[in-house]
Amino acid sequence: MIPEIGQFALTLALMTAVVQGILPIWGAARNNAVWMRSATSTAFLQCILIAIAFGALMRSFVVSDFTVLNVVENSHSLKPMLFKVAGTWGSHEGSLLLWTLILAAFGAAVALLGQNIPTSLKARTLSVQAWISIGFLSFMLFTSNPFDRIFPAPLDGNDLNPLLQDVGLAMHPPLLYIGYVGFSIVFSFAVAALIEGRVDPAWARWVRPWTLAAWVALTGGIALGSWWAYYELGWGGWWFWDPVENVSFMPWLLGTALLHSAVVTEKRGAFKSWTILLAILTFSLSLLGTFIVRSGLLTSVHAFAVDPERGIYILGLLVVSIGGSLTLYAIRAPKMDPGGLFAPVSREGGLLINNLLLALATATVLFGTLYPLFLEAVTGDKISVGPPFFNASFIPIMLPLVIVMGVGPFLSWKRADLPGVFDRLKWVMAITLIAALVVWYVQTKGPALAVLSMAIAVWLLLATLREWSLRIKLGQVGFGESLDRLRRVPRSSHGMTLAHAGLAVCMFGFIGSSAWKSEEVLFVEPGTQIEIAGFDVTFEGTERVQGPNYVAAVGVLRVSRNGREVTVLRPERRTYPVAQSQTTEAAIRSTPAGDLYASITEPANQDMDGKWTLRILYEPLVGLVWLGSLMLVLGGLTSLTDRRLRVGTPKRKTAVAPLPIVGE
Amino acid sequence: MKRFLIFLPLCVAIAIGLAGWWGLNPDRDPGSVPSALIGQPVPVFDLPAIEGIGVSGLSTQDFTDASGPILVNVFASWCVPCRAEHAVLTRMVREDGLVLVGINYKDKPDAAAAWLTELGNPYDRIGSDETGRAGIEWGISGVPETFVIDTNGIVVFRYVGPITSDAALANIRKALAQAGADKP
Repeated sequence: MIPEIGQFALTLALMTAVVQGILPIWGAARNNAVWMRSATSTAFLQCILIAIAFGALMRSFVVSDFTVLNVVENSHSLKPMLFKVAGTWGSHEGSLLLWTLILAAFGAAVALLGQNIPTSLKARTLSVQAWISIGFLSFMLFTSNPFDRIFPAPLDGNDLNPLLQDVGLAMHPPLLYIGYVGFSIVFSFAVAALIEGRVDPAWARWVRPWTLAAWVALTGGIALGSWWAYYELGWGGWWFWDPVENVSFMPWLLGTALLHSAVVTEKRGAFKSWTILLAILTFSLSLLGTFIVRSGLLTSVHAFAVDPERGIYILGLLVVSIGGSLTLYAIRAPKMDPGGLFAPVSREGGLLINNLLLALATATVLFGTLYPLFLEAVTGDKISVGPPFFNASFIPIMLPLVIVMGVGPFLSWKRADLPGVFDRLKWVMAITLIAALVVWYVQTKGPALAVLSMAIAVWLLLATLREWSLRIKLGQVGFGESLDRLRRVPRSSHGMTLAHAGLAVCMFGFIGSSAWKSEEVLFVEPGTQIEIAGFDVTFEGTERVQGPNYVAAVGVLRVSRNGREVTVLRPERRTYPVAQSQTTEAAIRSTPAGDLYASITEPANQDMDGKWTLRILYEPLVGLVWLGSLMLVLGGLTSLTDRRLRVGTPKRKTAVAPLPIVGE
Repeated sequence: MKRFLIFLPLCVAIAIGLAGWWGLNPDRDPGSVPSALIGQPVPVFDLPAIEGIGVSGLSTQDFTDASGPILVNVFASWCVPCRAEHAVLTRMVREDGLVLVGINYKDKPDAAAAWLTELGNPYDRIGSDETGRAGIEWGISGVPETFVIDTNGIVVFRYVGPITSDAALANIRKALAQAGADKP
């Protein structure tokens, strides 16, 4: 019964979306206020209906209703409750339902929070959003219905892929989808503005908080995903340039560019057509990601059940949404006025470089990801593009970006005084140089690029902190006044400081863990001793442990340093009898200086009884990757609290003029 | 020039869309790697049997006078995906009644024998390729790999990786059916 309610709610949601897709936009064309306002109620209704469907599916998972095919395929009665719930979005169908739920939730949020958005723009935006909903709801109902029944019902389920039974991964898709799908509302705003034929600073102001919210979620989602790969896959890495990772990374890169170009549109009225294009492309890349992941177009370590028919349907959606919006853009964009003028050395100029480099980096990743497909289509050759390509092409684009990032916040709008900026940064430059020399001295073996990157990261961190200290006049005025300034500086600029510093911290992690890692892979038997990065590790043997739906062999590794006991690492190898698969649970000893990381796999063959393959790594600074990601997320959230206040202000014109915030 | 730039994103999107449409061709499997061996006779090799499992070794001779298509599976006891694939192969042999032979790649015969005792032996013949020499002749890039050989001893299909997905299984069955249809 409950699954049928879900199915029914989903069908109703599709119909609501059709109404929402037609009535408000038509009303906007005919200037009919009632039709336009209907968007608010249909957006709520659609969101509630999809939420009911989602609740129905979740209930089927929670009570293990094995008459529902999707539950049979992705759950098992013995599974812990958390993963039963997470199973709701663990499959293709369920994750699609979550996708549409978030899509509708963003529509409803705009209906609720966007009270100061002009009625016609809001109506058009919600209509465009509804069209995206129609695409995905019909896709779900016609090709991937999560509520399909099975008869006769089996006694138990097939279990969710054990690799996916992990807390980090249970939370990863929802966050990632909020990010992916969050850009849909920005896309809808952009298309609505194109239909309306007007883009102004106010438009950018309405769009920015949504961009920021989506960006924060996407950052968190990607960070969680890489964290999962780090401790679950047991390969000792956190990023593999896998196609599925790349398709989540591309919207992030372009979304970052969008975040910055929208600032220019908002503050200076420039970059209008570029901001619109970025808004369209960012969501287009999210859609492309959905397409690639679900159609099995490229080989990847992550895979959903693949079905070419689904691929054709999503491709159709892509053609309509991306092709349609870009055609509209091509028609309307030339009519937009270019907006404010600025000198090459200025805040605008800095952000222009930011945008160009980020767009170039995105294009590089897109090229590397799709090149195998193009090559196969044209010549029939099969190749795979791996980390060497991305490292060689992506890093040289990002390093100049990070250098400019240090300077950018010092530049003033329209025309900046570069010598003055460098004067304020002279100590930062000096310390950066010293830091580079120190790194070089300590790590003479390390590659030159790593030393350079480390110096650039130090530069970014110090320049960011310097800018922040100048802003609050730290050390120039009394401590009390600095504290007072600290409170009055807009939250968005604190957010920027935090996020920029976060990227610097991330970079320390990226560089340390890739350039200076030590790794050993070897056969061990009880009593084997290994020395790695100054640690003495003794393998004492394995113990068997019974889990709720798995059995595990736990390796015991005694770790000491200079004769003193440090810790005992217990890497696990779990076997899931129902799903007939195995997972690796790495044991990690984390310290700020680096992680000691161990994983084991079973004996290579039977007569080597008691011998295990041990992979042990020391990854310096790797924890900073996630600390930095957390700072990026917190920076975005801090900025968002500021934005929301401003968006919520009904009469912006009468608001108090912003404080002079640039120091000196 | 500006006009052109405005249309550039659309053009790129169309190009990607066309490539995507081409890539969705259901006959295309991104996991399959073309082999120089396709359309060629089985390479010359002669592998001894594994002691104590009761099936004989494998050599080129076994393919030239076969009565039906043969599935060749390259496996090893140290290979984890092979374990997953083993169940699928066993079921295929039981349900489809095909002829399955194995090449035990870079493996200790004892280990392979123990592995087969534990999981069961679906293979009609197994050649023990301890040195990996035959693997080079077959041009394999890793284990597991699977080849379909037709009745004339010609390699007609190659699959890299474990045959665990439905799509892979369907492709293998199709290749087997085609190879069997050529039977004189």
